[in-house]
Amino acid sequence: MATAAIIDENENKALWGGDAEPMKASYGKLMMWFFLLSDALTFTGLLSTYGFARFSHDAYTGALASFKTSVAYWPIPEKIFTHIPFFHIDAPLVFVGLMTFILILSSVTMVLAVEAGHRNDKNDVQKWMLWTILGGMAFLGCQAWEWTIFITGTPEGLIVNDPDGTVRHIFGANLIQNEYGPRLFADLFFFITGFHGTHVLSGVVINIIVFYNVAFGTYQRLGSYEMIEKVGLYWHFIDLVWVFVFTFFYLV
Amino acid sequence: MGHTHHAAHTSEVQPRNPAKVKHLLTVTLYLAVLTGVEFVLAFTMPRGHLLTLLFVLLTFVKTFYIVGEFMHLNYEVRMLKLAIIVLPIILISWLVLALLMEGHFVREAIVFIFGK
Repeated sequence: MATAAIIDENENKALWGGDAEPMKASYGKLMMWFFLLSDALTFTGLLSTYGFARFSHDAYTGALASFKTSVAYWPIPEKIFTHIPFFHIDAPLVFVGLMTFILILSSVTMVLAVEAGHRNDKNDVQKWMLWTILGGMAFLGCQAWEWTIFITGTPEGLIVNDPDGTVRHIFGANLIQNEYGPRLFADLFFFITGFHGTHVLSGVVINIIVFYNVAFGTYQRLGSYEMIEKVGLYWHFIDLVWVFVFTFFYLV
Repeated sequence: MGHTHHAAHTSEVQPRNPAKVKHLLTVTLYLAVLTGVEFVLAFTMPRGHLLTLLFVLLTFVKTFYIVGEFMHLNYEVRMLKLAIIVLPIILISWLVLALLMEGHFVREAIVFIFGK
């Protein structure tokens, strides 16, 4: 009959007060996981749209060495992203590889900050957070350069013969014209790397805020550095998304 | 209730744990090497289904290390692992498969209607 009486009054209160930890993860961490889950689906949407666009266009069938950009077929990324700063040489995907490496390193410094947080070591947390912020900024700088090159285009450009007979000489890419291939290729480049870059930018901003909180001793006073773990989850997720962008946009 | 895990209540600084840091650096090394392998494969192997399959496999190995070790999911409760990993894998793999096949059909339809 009166089964409700069995429930411990105090325990019940604690559960409703937000002290419950389903799956042994705190509220903040669990919510961060669920946010990342939804964000993962958003990126899936973008990357699978890339797959869809790629499969609905003709593929380049000729020899790799004689590849030339054309609006008739989907380009081969390693023939497009061949630039590195300061050197005028053909270095396919080297710069993207460098960007990947920067992001992996900043992921490591973040995980070291989390580790230092577990030990309540304010100085170490501060140090590793700072390195993480620098890594994120370096990545954003690289991406800005990458975009500039992509938008500016090659000196030769591309001559496009439209179906209505007009001939256009186009340089670089934007959302309307694309020197490197079908228009969708440039659109998806801007959307996918741009959406990821926006994530990195907001990650850097959040990291800076958290860094200030660490420096001013906010988490010391709270007695817990769990906030580092939460921003850490977000930051590793950004790294993870880049791993997928690197493979499915640049390599395949 | 709650707050019982971790020794977060003591706010004194605990000493560094070299074994843990070494473990994290090993994972980093794996990630760097796997990226390097992908990079080399991109230029040494002919493009095709085999190469794409290798890329996908290597990417998933990297995902395993990033999510499992860096994001600490390997050490979470089984239910949380299932919620984070299994559910999206089912949804995402179907979405990817469906869109790739659909892309094929759309291309065939374009060729059929407008010609080559």
